[in-house]
Amino acid sequence: MARSVVSEIKRDHIHRLIADGRRVDGRAWDQYREIMVQTNVVETAEGSARVKIGNTEVIVGLKMTVGEPFPDTPNRGVLSTNAELIPMASPSFESGPPDENSIELARVVDRGIRESQMIDLERLCVEPGKKVWINFLDIYVLDFDGNLFDACNLGAVAAIKSATVPAKANGLGEDFPMPVTCTPVAVTSVQIENSILVDPTLDEEKVAAARLTVTTDDNGDLRAMQKGLSGALTLEQVRTAIDTSRRLGAEIRKLIG
Amino acid sequence: MKLIDENGIRIDGRKVDELRPIRIEAGVLKSADGSAYVEIGKNKVLAAVYGPRECHPRHMQNPAKAIVQCKYNMISFSVSDRKRPGPDRRSVEISKLISEAMEYVVFTENFPRTSIDVYIEVLQANAGTRCAGLTAASVALADAGIPMKDVVPAVAVGKVNDQVVLDLNKEEDNFGQADLPIAIIPRTGEVLLMQMDGHMTQAEFDRGLEMGVRACSEIYRLQKDALRRRYAVVSGEGEEETKGLVHAMTEEA
Repeated sequence: MARSVVSEIKRDHIHRLIADGRRVDGRAWDQYREIMVQTNVVETAEGSARVKIGNTEVIVGLKMTVGEPFPDTPNRGVLSTNAELIPMASPSFESGPPDENSIELARVVDRGIRESQMIDLERLCVEPGKKVWINFLDIYVLDFDGNLFDACNLGAVAAIKSATVPAKANGLGEDFPMPVTCTPVAVTSVQIENSILVDPTLDEEKVAAARLTVTTDDNGDLRAMQKGLSGALTLEQVRTAIDTSRRLGAEIRKLIG
Repeated sequence: MKLIDENGIRIDGRKVDELRPIRIEAGVLKSADGSAYVEIGKNKVLAAVYGPRECHPRHMQNPAKAIVQCKYNMISFSVSDRKRPGPDRRSVEISKLISEAMEYVVFTENFPRTSIDVYIEVLQANAGTRCAGLTAASVALADAGIPMKDVVPAVAVGKVNDQVVLDLNKEEDNFGQADLPIAIIPRTGEVLLMQMDGHMTQAEFDRGLEMGVRACSEIYRLQKDALRRRYAVVSGEGEEETKGLVHAMTEEA
C-alpha cells in the first residue's frame, strides 16, 4: 500500500535491527500491536465499528436497503464492499475515485467475509427473485500506520456483527439481528530479510519484500489469502505466515466475540 | 409540526437559547500534522490538517502566500440514506466557504507557495455539520501549530415554530422555518461565515445573531480548553487525560 519513498537511513535501520532479531517498536516477530474495537459508533448506520491497531485507525459502517437480487442468486442478499483511502489518513493518500490500492483492499476484505459465509445471505432474502437486503459495507481509513488489510477486516467484521436489520423501517416486520455464522479474521505478515513479521507498521511495509494476508474462520480453516508486493516467499515462509495467522486469528476472534 | 412546547422546551429537552452538549478533543490522529474530534449533540466530526506542504496542483501556488484547501466530506453511513462516497455539489460549496474562512485567519503570508490542507470528515450527521466541521478544523489548525489570528467557533441559529432558536437539531432543521449558520472571530467580533435560508424578519435576524455570537464564545472556550488539555499531555502533566481519552472512546461502545 502506498509505496512512498523511505529514507535509506530508516531502511538500513530496520534491516539491521531485523538481522539482530529485533523490530523498531520492540515487538517480537509474531507479536501483534494493541487492538481496540468499539462498536455501534455511528447511529445512522445499521452497524458500525471503529478499530485501532497500534496507530492505524479505521471506521466501518454497514447500511442496508431493500433491492433486487442478482439474477443468478435470486434468493440471496447482496453484499457490496467499498474502501476509501481518504487524504485525512496519510500524506500519501489523495482524494478521488478509488485507486488500485483501495480496490484491492476492499476486495480482500470482501473475499474473507463472502468465502467464510459469515453473513447468512439466504436469510436476507425477502421475496425470491424480487426483494432482498442489500448490504453496503463502507470502510474509511482515518489514520494509516500500516496493515490496513487486518484493520479493515476487523472493522468490517465487528460492524457486521453489531448490525440490526432495519425491517421495521422498511415495512417488513420486526427488526432482527444480522444473521451471522462465523467470525473471519485476517492476519497479515510481511517478509523482510527472509524473516516473517506479523502486523507490519507503515515503515515495515515500505521496506518489506512480500506480504501475505491469511483470513481464517472459527475452525482455523483458511478462507481467503492474498499475497502482495513485488517480492517472493519461500514455501517455508508461507507456512510460517499461515501458522501465525491461525494462532493469532483465534486470539483476535475472542476480542470481537 | 410542533417542535417547541408551551414552556418553551424543544423536543430534545433544550431551551431556545441552549446549545447541545459539546465535546472537543485535539490531537486525535497520528499521521496528520494536526487533528481534532468534535461532537455537538449527535454530530460527530473529525478534522485533520496537513501542511504547510508543497502545493498541488502546482498552478494554484501563490508566490506571496499559502493557500488553504479545505475538503468537507460526509462519510457514506453518516446519514440515514446511504450517501454515495465522493464529493457532491453541497460538499463542494461548503468546502469552498470553509477554505475561504480559514484562509482569512491563517497567517498565510508566512508560508509562500505552500498549501495548508484541511480535511473534514463527518462521521455522523444531525444538522449543523458545517459548523461542527469548521469548529473542528480551526482546532486542528491550532494543533498543527499553524499561526492564526484566532481560533474560530461556529454555530447555527434558526427559526422554529415562529421562535428564534440556537443550534438546530435535525428535526428542527428539516421542519423549521430558517437556518442561519455563522462563524465569528471572537477576538475582533468579525463575521467569518454566514449563510441563511428560510424566512426571518429583521428583528428575528438581530436576535438570532446576538444569540449565535454569545454561543460562539462558549464554543470558543471549549476549543481553547481542548488545546490546553492537549498541551498539558505533551508537557507530561496530563497523562491522566491521555488515558481519559482512550476510556472515553471505549465507553461509547
